[in-house]
Amino acid sequence: MAIECLILGAGQEVGKSCVVVTINGKRIMFDCGMHMGYLDHRRYPDFSLIPRDASEDFTSSLTCIIVTHFHLDHIGALPYFTEVCGYKGPIYMTYPTKALAPLMLEDYRKVMVDRRGEEEQFSSEHIAECMQKVTAVDLKQTVQVDKELQIRAYYAGHVLGAAMFYAKVGDAAVVYTGDYNMTPDRHLGAAQIDRLQLDLVITESTYATTFRDSKYVREREFLKAVHNCVAGGGKVLIPSFALGRAQELCMLLDDYWERMNLKIPIYFSAGLTIQANIYYKTLINWTSQKVKDSYATRNPFDFKNVCKFERAFINAPGPCVLFATPGMISGGFSLEVFRQWAPHEGNLVTLPGYCVAGTVGHRLMSAKTPTQVNIDQNTQIDVRCQIHQLSFSPHTDAKGIMDLIKFLSPKHVILVHGEKPKMESLKGKIESDFGIQCYFPANNETVSIPSTHYVKADASSTFLRSTLSPNFKFLRASSGGNFSSDDMDMIAKPVLQVCDDRIAEGILTTGRYQNPKIIHLKELVLMSGEESHKLQFALCFPARITKMDENGKLIPLAQEFVPSLLHQLFSKLSNEFSEATIQESDQNIQIESFVVSICSKEKCPHRVSAGPHDISEAVYFCCMWSAADEKLGWKVISIMKKLELSNG
Amino acid sequence: MANSFCSLTSLLLYPSTFWLEVSLTDLQHYRSILLKVEDFSLFTLMKFTCLSEGKGYHFPPCHILNLCGFQLLFDCPLDLSALSVFSPLPINLSSVPDQCTSVCTCETSLDSECGRKKKQKVEKLLDASSLIHAEPWYKTVKSLRLWNISFIDVVFISSPMGMLGLPFLTRNKDFSAKVYATEATARLGKLMMEELVEMHKEILQFYGPQESSCPEWMRWNEIELLPSALKEILSGRDGEDLGGWMPLYSAADVSECMRKVQSLKYAEEACYNGTLSIKAFSSGLDIGTCNWSIISPKQNITYLSSSTFASATATKFDYNALHGSDVIIFSDFSASNVIDKKDDYNGFSPGVSKLSGEDDDRESITEFLLNTDELAEESDKLAFLCSCTLDSVKAGGSVLIPIARLGTVLQLLEHITFSLQSSNLKVPIFIISSVAEELLALLNVIPEWLCKQRQDKLYSGQPLFDFMDLLNEKRLFLFPAIHSPKLLSIWQEPCIVFCPHWSLRIGPAVHLLQRWCADENSLLVMEEGLDANITFLPFKLMAIKVLQCSFLSGMKLQKAESLMKLLKPKYVLFPEKLKQIESCLRSFSCIYYSENETFGIPKLKDCSEVDIAIDLACQLSHTKLGKENVSVARMKGELFVEQGKNRLLNGNEHSGSSQTRPFLCLGGVNLQNLLTTLQKKGITTRVEDVTTTDGSDKTYLVHVLEPKHALIEVSAARTKVSTGDESLSSNISEAICTILNVI
Ligand SMILES: [Zn+2]
Ligand SMILES: [Zn+2]
Ligand SMILES: [Zn+2]
Repeated sequence: MAIECLILGAGQEVGKSCVVVTINGKRIMFDCGMHMGYLDHRRYPDFSLIPRDASEDFTSSLTCIIVTHFHLDHIGALPYFTEVCGYKGPIYMTYPTKALAPLMLEDYRKVMVDRRGEEEQFSSEHIAECMQKVTAVDLKQTVQVDKELQIRAYYAGHVLGAAMFYAKVGDAAVVYTGDYNMTPDRHLGAAQIDRLQLDLVITESTYATTFRDSKYVREREFLKAVHNCVAGGGKVLIPSFALGRAQELCMLLDDYWERMNLKIPIYFSAGLTIQANIYYKTLINWTSQKVKDSYATRNPFDFKNVCKFERAFINAPGPCVLFATPGMISGGFSLEVFRQWAPHEGNLVTLPGYCVAGTVGHRLMSAKTPTQVNIDQNTQIDVRCQIHQLSFSPHTDAKGIMDLIKFLSPKHVILVHGEKPKMESLKGKIESDFGIQCYFPANNETVSIPSTHYVKADASSTFLRSTLSPNFKFLRASSGGNFSSDDMDMIAKPVLQVCDDRIAEGILTTGRYQNPKIIHLKELVLMSGEESHKLQFALCFPARITKMDENGKLIPLAQEFVPSLLHQLFSKLSNEFSEATIQESDQNIQIESFVVSICSKEKCPHRVSAGPHDISEAVYFCCMWSAADEKLGWKVISIMKKLELSNG
Repeated sequence: MANSFCSLTSLLLYPSTFWLEVSLTDLQHYRSILLKVEDFSLFTLMKFTCLSEGKGYHFPPCHILNLCGFQLLFDCPLDLSALSVFSPLPINLSSVPDQCTSVCTCETSLDSECGRKKKQKVEKLLDASSLIHAEPWYKTVKSLRLWNISFIDVVFISSPMGMLGLPFLTRNKDFSAKVYATEATARLGKLMMEELVEMHKEILQFYGPQESSCPEWMRWNEIELLPSALKEILSGRDGEDLGGWMPLYSAADVSECMRKVQSLKYAEEACYNGTLSIKAFSSGLDIGTCNWSIISPKQNITYLSSSTFASATATKFDYNALHGSDVIIFSDFSASNVIDKKDDYNGFSPGVSKLSGEDDDRESITEFLLNTDELAEESDKLAFLCSCTLDSVKAGGSVLIPIARLGTVLQLLEHITFSLQSSNLKVPIFIISSVAEELLALLNVIPEWLCKQRQDKLYSGQPLFDFMDLLNEKRLFLFPAIHSPKLLSIWQEPCIVFCPHWSLRIGPAVHLLQRWCADENSLLVMEEGLDANITFLPFKLMAIKVLQCSFLSGMKLQKAESLMKLLKPKYVLFPEKLKQIESCLRSFSCIYYSENETFGIPKLKDCSEVDIAIDLACQLSHTKLGKENVSVARMKGELFVEQGKNRLLNGNEHSGSSQTRPFLCLGGVNLQNLLTTLQKKGITTRVEDVTTTDGSDKTYLVHVLEPKHALIEVSAARTKVSTGDESLSSNISEAICTILNVI
């Protein structure tokens, strides 16, 4: 059994995330994104590579599509795939993603068609019809897609509604992380997932080699930069996606404005982002705990200081803060405002942490002001304004990725959504630190990994009960320490299951006309109808006793010394065998099935000759052990033969 | 060491004896061991006890189930209808109208029953003064108090109503169980409990602190003096209910209780102790209510609480998720309430008898389950309520709606505001409750728990409910209490008021009913189930119109039967009460239960299922076992119990254990066979017969002469090899092993 992963996008790059995973005959497409950096066919994943028979359409070749969040690099190709390519099967995403994705898609469509004058790839109707096919899921809800395929969403932080998805078919299971954030921010919590048994984790690796410090420092830097600008009468342009970052920064500013009692207007461009706030208000349960707790008194997405922007305000005098889409200044309103504001020194433009190559945002990232930036072939703009790069990203850093992989401990890891050299170094770290095989395939490559499979068997109650005894040993051994049931509870909390390890020994029986069944040894005898037969070993040999009297003559052995001999033997053997296995009684010493006693027989059938020093008073050790401990028996005997015991 | 081993053995055999031996300090520690032992115990059956059948929507049933050695409690409700034995606070509203209308002339419903009862009870005079004038206590499930709370391992809460008695358990220091509830149930239940505490506070202020732990009204001589109707509510038919009464918990008890609740999403998997895999699925009854699926290595159980196929506000009944249960505990008693009223019950719909013939016809069953008759019926009721409301306000009367079903209230609110607007009436609507503001805020942020139509509002960018608009337009007002200063300044009549409590003994509803009870134009909308005869005792001039309405509280029996056919459980635990009315369920293996009767559920599987990791299975070396053509393999692994499944994985070798494991030989050693085999190995022998004294067991002594001396004793059950030479010894044992079946 194997899991096949076909990387249709975000292989060694960021953009058009799309991975098709085949597990035990079920085929899941994780994300269906588009690449913002391309305008030709490269903007979409190459869907023709999805394995299918000639007669099959996409609907029958895929079991379902799962979309992790509303960013275009994860959902941008979905309407095209469903409405143009004709996929009609089930699609899953979280409630917020389902609610917010149409806004993102519509915004993008408008930018492309209305402003750039491009031929449209999909229409508004396409978006609406596509979203009709989507089944919304809640976090942790176990969804039975069909009889065999089970999926479950886990909180991923990143943006509102972002989720990691767990998918399980039979005994094989994978997690596809999408984009995630391992540290909480002002409006979202940190990613959260159960400890799962996984064959594969497919994780993003945007910041595969970056380690970041606290987010609050950089939030303060941002607020300071904005405050300095408006205090000097400047205008602040915050290009951002309609959703996510805009709300996060706006919460930050709204709160700061309140505290500092600032009266300078904060604007949202167009109606879009203001409308988006209604969604955020309804979906407040998907934000961070702190934001969530405040819903009853005042919904924190009711921004007090925010109002709507009119085009006429662009050149109005006086300071202001403006949120405008799109985020990477790739066109649309943010570009329009940028043209006007960039040439003035007192103004400020913030840039998101990541800009796709080919966008104005990307060109500005590496630039030092003042500079010139080409907007298109004919237009060049003097950029004299301040540029502030937002360094708090909603993506996890390298430590977060490593923490997640360590926590999940899957058998294999595939890296996507990152840059090749960084992925390479992260792969090395994952393999050396955790010994987990790691891959970072390029687009259109397939990785195949083995999958977990269990054999189903019945188990008799006697067998199951017999597995308990080793468990008791374990508990008893640790009861001296601080292992209490309270501790167990504590361990249990973050973990999905409490496992108690029990060494189980049994007999697996398989017959032609019955299910495999595990039974206890005792039961096998009954079942087979044959008698059990004991195979034993025995040996009786003289002890080496060296005690002599003053004259060098051996002192005859007094009967009362016999027990002391046995005890001497015990203390010597105790050095060789662990306390748990060796036991002493009045008559004998026992190590597993090996039993040694002082031979009381005149003529013992197991006796071997005592050699030249044979005398009638010699003491013999009579040993008996079963075939299971054949080797052990001989080991004990060779030790005993070397021992010298004293007589007295 | 030896000692502890002994107690271990006794533990395995006599778990219950073991209980008595451990000291109290170790209790917690050993308890977990004990439970694991019983987990695999063959001796204990699954045991079920119905503690209370409840009384419909507001007082859901309560049961205890022993599964895999765990004690599971389903719901912990309060019987708030019993509050009717107490007198509400005497309140003097200055504006009580003077004109006297005759009592009880305008009641619109159910009065035939009311009248009948009056005739029966002539012997004892029941009037307002017979009610108990003291701080009310609250009636819990009395049988629950007979159980040792520390033995309860898990509590399942199926609805906010099933949670109201929970603080009584959680504040007990012996309580250590895990409590599961859906997130919505937990949040709504918390609000309901806080509201209850708040309403009770008003009464406390009147009566002052209670010094006695046993109030006067609880004494037998006092109870004996009560009219029989009250006596029965107070102490039950045979007086045993009296132990169920408790003084109300505090706000601190409520928040302590909430800390102990683990909230779940629908279909979220929770694991208790690795052994039970637990999921809640929507029951459709109201927001957040659920049925429980419990998967254990032995049995899969479904706890089916009152469920409806027609939910207009809440997530719809997810019955498909309940497939694959071995046992269904059917705990929807709503049908019994319907059938009590004979005229409502008119046998079967023709569709059902057709169904019982072809039981594999899933589609027609599903169609029958999902028919929308009930939904239409419910919306007819709402429309009727709404038109009555409008009639009243048009006539200048006010409308009091102390209904507590969230889904119904929300629908009614929407209906009424819509009707008011369309008939151009400017009548204010008030919601008076200490938790109203938080409740409405909450309702607007839980799309995941609502029906599809509500969720569509989310997708189209609208608020889930229109409260905010209504509030902004000043058509709806929220007040925490009836004495809020703002309320007094805004108050105008006629008005429509939604407020607690439906028992008409506590909360703002008491004040308002006292104010309006003599007004024949006003309207009181209440739920069925209260004894009107007792409920209205404190309200002297009952001229107000009363509309008593029964709402859908569960599934009809015909649907229950079809559902069971669809789900195909091996057993259904079914209320005895419903058996008397319904005979069709006999086509299933039904076990009928009634209150306070414990019985075992037959063992379904002799074996448990185990998953063996493929890498472990591949390492096994199989041996064919003689005649039966069965192959056997010795295996060793680590057994995990997780999510209700046994899993055998390749274990880590423990350094302490011995190197070779014992093996088992089957069969006997045929002497001739042995000699031939030895000879092939170049071992020469001489044989000597020995017969033991009793003559039964013949032993051969095989003396090995070459290459070295050795002796082999062969008997029917045993072969013993003795030689001082290790390699010869292993050579001989190899030879013997080829003759025996060694596993
Ligand atoms: Zn993203
Ligand atoms: Zn992304
Ligand atoms: Zn001997």
